[in-house]
Amino acid sequence: MPYDPVLVQPMRDELSRIGVEELTTREAVEAFMEGPGTKLLVINSVCGCAAGQARPGVALALRHTAKPDRVGTVFAGQDLEATERARSYFADYPPSSPSFALLKGEKVVHFVPRHAIEGTPAEAVGLDLVNAFDEHCE
Amino acid sequence: MGTFHQAQGELHGITVVVDTFGARVFVGRCDTVTPEGVVLLDGDVHEETPGGPTKDEWVRKAARVGVWKSFDREVVPAGEVSSIRRLGDVGPG
Repeated sequence: MPYDPVLVQPMRDELSRIGVEELTTREAVEAFMEGPGTKLLVINSVCGCAAGQARPGVALALRHTAKPDRVGTVFAGQDLEATERARSYFADYPPSSPSFALLKGEKVVHFVPRHAIEGTPAEAVGLDLVNAFDEHCE
Repeated sequence: MGTFHQAQGELHGITVVVDTFGARVFVGRCDTVTPEGVVLLDGDVHEETPGGPTKDEWVRKAARVGVWKSFDREVVPAGEVSSIRRLGDVGPG
């Protein structure tokens, strides 16, 4: 059962206000995934143990010079169809939220599961993304 | 199990590896740690068998990508638990 949208809205806003594209439908995810460029897909979550570090970590990483061509997000437990469609692009990875997938075209080049975010300071979460951006993005 | 009581709050909601004295090792989200055992949610269990992945190999793969959920809730009896640690602290190897 999806969470109360009122509860979730500030967690959406935390990403959308830094320019992350909200993908709330299956079609929006498919449109986001089209094309050969690099994309960071953030699986957002209410989870207090990890999402509280995940979102600031993304914000820190996006200040870096090298970054993906596009950055989008789906909200697990809220945008159910969009999340299911997003996860279908990295179906080899067990579902977890929050999590990050960095893709080149439709190929996953870096994946950060929830357990790698839990208990990790936002700065370290961001640094991990920055290192992946340096390796895979221009 | 004494140290587990102290860690209960710290590990609540965290993905942990619960190793046992036997052939089984569990990965799941820690709910509670009680005198009866460790309550895990949304996790998976591996049983080491001859010719199959060792417990260490299975845990290291879990550290790389996570686990596919095979149970919603599982209680690992306290008497079987040999260690409990964060999956995030396991090197991918």
